[in-house]
Amino acid sequence: MSQVLVIGAGSAIAEATARIYAGRGDRLFLVARDAVRLDIVADDLRVRGAEQVDVLVADLTDHDRHAEIIAAAMDAMPELDIVLVAHGILPDQENCQQNVEDTLYSIDVNFLSVVALLTPLANQLEERAKGTVAVISSVAGDRGRQSNYVYGSAKSGLDAFLQGMRNRLSKSAVHVLTIKPGFVDTPMTAHIPERGILWAQPEDVAAGIVKAIDKRRNVVYLPGFWALIMLIVRSIPETIFKKLSL
Amino acid sequence: MADTLYTSWGRFPQIAQQGLRLAWRGDELPEPLEGTSSLLPYGNGRSYGDVCLNRGGTVIDTRSLNRFVSFDAETGVLRCESGVLLSQILELCVPKGWFLPVSPGTRYVTIGGALANDVHGKNHHKAGTLGCHVRALELLRSDGSRQLCTPDENADLFAATIGGLGLTGLVTWVEIALRKIDGPLLREESIKFANLQEFFRLSELSDADYEYTVAWIDCIAKGASLGRGLFARANHTDSKSQVVDVDRGARVSVPFQPPFSLINRLSLKSFNAFWYMRQRQKQHTRTIHHRPFFYPLDTIGDWNHIYGPRGMLQYQCVLPGEDGRAVLRNMLSDIASKGSGSFLVVLKIFGDRESPGMLSFPRPGVTLALDFPNTPDVFRQLDRLDAMTREVGGAVYPAKDARMSAESFQSYFPRWKEFAGFVDPAFSSSFWRRVTGDKL
Repeated sequence: MSQVLVIGAGSAIAEATARIYAGRGDRLFLVARDAVRLDIVADDLRVRGAEQVDVLVADLTDHDRHAEIIAAAMDAMPELDIVLVAHGILPDQENCQQNVEDTLYSIDVNFLSVVALLTPLANQLEERAKGTVAVISSVAGDRGRQSNYVYGSAKSGLDAFLQGMRNRLSKSAVHVLTIKPGFVDTPMTAHIPERGILWAQPEDVAAGIVKAIDKRRNVVYLPGFWALIMLIVRSIPETIFKKLSL
Repeated sequence: MADTLYTSWGRFPQIAQQGLRLAWRGDELPEPLEGTSSLLPYGNGRSYGDVCLNRGGTVIDTRSLNRFVSFDAETGVLRCESGVLLSQILELCVPKGWFLPVSPGTRYVTIGGALANDVHGKNHHKAGTLGCHVRALELLRSDGSRQLCTPDENADLFAATIGGLGLTGLVTWVEIALRKIDGPLLREESIKFANLQEFFRLSELSDADYEYTVAWIDCIAKGASLGRGLFARANHTDSKSQVVDVDRGARVSVPFQPPFSLINRLSLKSFNAFWYMRQRQKQHTRTIHHRPFFYPLDTIGDWNHIYGPRGMLQYQCVLPGEDGRAVLRNMLSDIASKGSGSFLVVLKIFGDRESPGMLSFPRPGVTLALDFPNTPDVFRQLDRLDAMTREVGGAVYPAKDARMSAESFQSYFPRWKEFAGFVDPAFSSSFWRRVTGDKL
């Protein structure tokens, strides 16, 4: 039985992942911004077999509360085996270009708040010399594109932060997983009208996340074909890439 | 593309349906999309015709409402959101010794869709419809109100919503009473019968002692063999025999849509004869897992594609009384003489347990279900079948219909005007406009 902390439990991918752990009879601690949704998810996980589900309502951009979140989770789950960080927003790129506040807010949610949370958490895990930190990044972080580079740059910063953290914590047997989903059919992407063969369901991504945590992978693209797509995208020379409309 | 996201299972009618998703049951009801006039809840798109479509309107995709609310493993009372699939309920409940009180022919329908169509199954003669086992539901109306409906509270709205084709508002959650079982297996007997008379005799002999009864018939056989087939009867068993029970979902799929229907006179004739002859003995008994017993077609993904790009039409009617039996004979002769019909033609005797649903389809009598490829002749043929159904005071199942006339509907469902009073003013469907002649 594992003890799993889920940050951003209202996200469709986080919820689908939590369901797998609930089905295994694990213990969960959920953090999200919306109290009503949090209770809806918690009830569902209890029915699905979670041994215990605790919830905490918090806005992750309120960095002052991070210490309290970690303390509460460790209090409820002293063995804390897995931390899944899943909160994030997909900002409107055009809007961000006209509005510094929106740009900085999305950088805060997608990057700064994760850094703020992981900084104390990394120290605690290092001290305990065990556990997994799995963080949802994005294929968008692999290369900046005109259509969503505000989002992409936050995820790119996050990738570098996680790389360094993995390097540091490998000495204390703490597992750091960077998750890079492609297009996933969730409420966050519901406004995008096209749905093609590249789109995955949150349940499929969740199964990939759990597998990657079980196998202690470092970086995982979900579904796996994105590794190949992004390899190609990354290898296009910048002189050509800058002229493309991506 | 919107039109590939929202189709019905028969793939007829084909319309470019716009839709949006409701992700949380606590959220407000969305407004219809710009340029559209009304709302209609959409489950998993497994109804055949147009009850799940809303041409010129917006459908509300409920498939993200797939959370459980509560489950009492002692009493078998389950409450869940309306977008939960029956397959997900089975995954949760079967290992705990509980089963669906009523199972339709596929487990890939949402509980909300099952309720809106007041589905029935092979145990109708004992258990009635799904609506007989619904304890409570919450209805989100376009005036922003949330109505708790039970057989006692808001009883008339409850009755309108059971079998109400999604028109009374959006069901956010449903509470049902499950049935206790000792294990996932059933003991099934398959008995060959030579004609319709034998079918009726077998049903009479079996319905008291067997919870599940249904017959497959060879729709091509004529004359003395008219209505020959295989009668299946089964009960849950506590047998611990080792039957594979890994849910592999669809094991094979129809990988692409052929440019024409694979169902034609020749393929039908060979399949029906083969299937009837396959069972050599008069009676064959086996222990079977509930999945192949209840949901044989679920092992073939997208089986509806075999009917080609024009899709198919399902027809399911119920024919009451002695006259109904005579009419059934005429119908089967009509179908056999045309060489039309399908691989899977099903007969069953409905029982007399009444559903609370105002617009519920099942009623005492014999029910016949089959599908037809969409050919130019089929509409005339179905109109003929409708005339026969009307003649004996029967009914046709809206969940499977894409073409019945307003006149037929209003004769099949005499309470339709009373029902219309409970329809949410912001809700409508292609089916509803058709069968009310757009007069509402």
